[in-house]
Amino acid sequence: MAEASAGSGMTSGGGLAGGWLAALWQAMLPVAVVVAWLVAFWYAACVPMNAKDALTQAERGGAVISPEGAAERRDMSSWALVMRNPGHLGGVWSLDRPRLPAPHQVAAELWSTSVGLALQGRMWSNRSLFTHAWVTLSATLLGFAIGTGLGVLLAVGIVHNRAMDMSVMPWAIASQTIPILAIAPMIIVVLNSVGVSGLLPKSLISAYLSFFPVVVSMVKGLRSPDRMQLDLLHTYSATGAEAFWKLRLPASMPFFFTSLKIGIAAALVGAIIGELPTGAVAGLGARLLAGSYYGQTVQIWSALFAAAILAALLVGLIGLIQRVVLGRMGMAR
Amino acid sequence: MGLVAGSIAFWLAAWWVNVRISASRGSGTLAARVAVPAIFGITLLLLWEGLVRGLDVPGVILPPPSAIALRFAASTDILWADFMQTFVKGALSGYAIGAVAAFAVALLADRYDLLRRGLLPVGSFMAALPIVGTAPILVMWFGFDWQSKAAVVVAMVFFPILVNTVEGLRSAEPMQRDLMFTYAATPAQTLLKLRLPAALPFIFNGLKISTTLALIGAIVAEFFGSPTVGMGFRISTEVGRLALDMVWAEIVVAALAGSAFYGAVALIERWLTFWHPSQRRG
Repeated sequence: MAEASAGSGMTSGGGLAGGWLAALWQAMLPVAVVVAWLVAFWYAACVPMNAKDALTQAERGGAVISPEGAAERRDMSSWALVMRNPGHLGGVWSLDRPRLPAPHQVAAELWSTSVGLALQGRMWSNRSLFTHAWVTLSATLLGFAIGTGLGVLLAVGIVHNRAMDMSVMPWAIASQTIPILAIAPMIIVVLNSVGVSGLLPKSLISAYLSFFPVVVSMVKGLRSPDRMQLDLLHTYSATGAEAFWKLRLPASMPFFFTSLKIGIAAALVGAIIGELPTGAVAGLGARLLAGSYYGQTVQIWSALFAAAILAALLVGLIGLIQRVVLGRMGMAR
Repeated sequence: MGLVAGSIAFWLAAWWVNVRISASRGSGTLAARVAVPAIFGITLLLLWEGLVRGLDVPGVILPPPSAIALRFAASTDILWADFMQTFVKGALSGYAIGAVAAFAVALLADRYDLLRRGLLPVGSFMAALPIVGTAPILVMWFGFDWQSKAAVVVAMVFFPILVNTVEGLRSAEPMQRDLMFTYAATPAQTLLKLRLPAALPFIFNGLKISTTLALIGAIVAEFFGSPTVGMGFRISTEVGRLALDMVWAEIVVAALAGSAFYGAVALIERWLTFWHPSQRRG
């Protein structure tokens, strides 16, 4: 009997590990299929998007293209050109300045301007994406810290002061429907004219963007303890401060982390947009702008992917902290 | 100095009134709930006006609200043209296209389980990315006019609406589906009569998040190139000329448009999902 139960324990343990792997496989397979499908679509889209430039290049190389001459082809539809010159389209995935760069071109540019430069010992050169990402990241983090700190303070004030709640809360909610990013150029230029430039103006935009999500969900979080729990603390004759530190603040943590994820993504967008109006020379936003001025599409796409990777890392990092903190607090789901 | 002291004194007095109202027994009434934020807003404007005038802050740094209001009243025709270009042509058309496309893909994803389990993580991931960065690329592809702005808006609103719709279509409970099954309902009938209505609160959540995103996308895309009309164009050029009263007037338009857009979608939601607990009264 004992043997049997031990045996079944073993198998269920093995089944658990196997189940975990199978679950991971089941979760990853559809994602991989969708991503593969997107990449295939991307490669296919390169054909009509880049057909004209590729045919011009092939013609310069001596191939016979119908109809002849780039001027002849200018007003034709890309699909007609693709149908008439199926043999000369090899260039669509390797143009210098394509309208739509192929995935491997973007990946190569990403690699060569980040890890590639780092391997040459020029990790912080002007061309390196690490340099640009760091400029944007530092503004993002500073702004995020300011915005989150002020947001939490305001939320505490709102929860404990009824007049503040009634005055400020409707405005905080309404402000979420306003396209705040529109004031970014003004903040940058005005602060510049007062003599404040560099990191701080960008951070202020980031702070502003991450501020309101944190306020709104922290208020929700600090109010999440129910009547019964508050009454219990009352019977312990706990003071308001004790109720705050021992009940309200811990109870608000899940809300806090959710708003942090929204806030950091918004802060990154704010820092990128903040780099546009001043013609900044460094930062991911500056890379986007410079790329669009000089038609360097591969550079735009690589800056875009660098920003995406940065956003994913930041949100992922907060998710990790959330799991660890909530796990240690016994609130993991 | 008198102006500064006066406006600060007014601020304190108004705050005292708000404290009294919110501590009084009538603080739960509708009148109090409208009056308190209104008093707070008006005080902020007056404080701004008083401080800017009292401290002689130059108009190129911060214009007083009265100057902004005057500029707004004097240039309604420009503001209206910008509004039509950016909001109606760029944001609204992009919003409509993006919502319909997201809805169609969500129905597909709902039909094929593999697609749903793949699209949901990819979609939530994309929704957190700085998609507004695609603006320079899309401006390059679709030209300077409103088409490129609409394209940016489509890219921005697509994923939030997609993710919320897919989630919503799964929200009908097994018991309810079984009931439809016992009625011998076809999949199309189940979709129309049960799962789509059940999904509406989720869909509207996505639609409401996207109203602000649409306006942001349309405005920011104009920073990368636009015809000589549009809210984003006006903001970036008037900032360059240091005509900040015009910039603020444009921001007022953006705020009004954003709130009205959100309010309109919220109204449609209340009208369509009157049965949902969050919309019930009393």
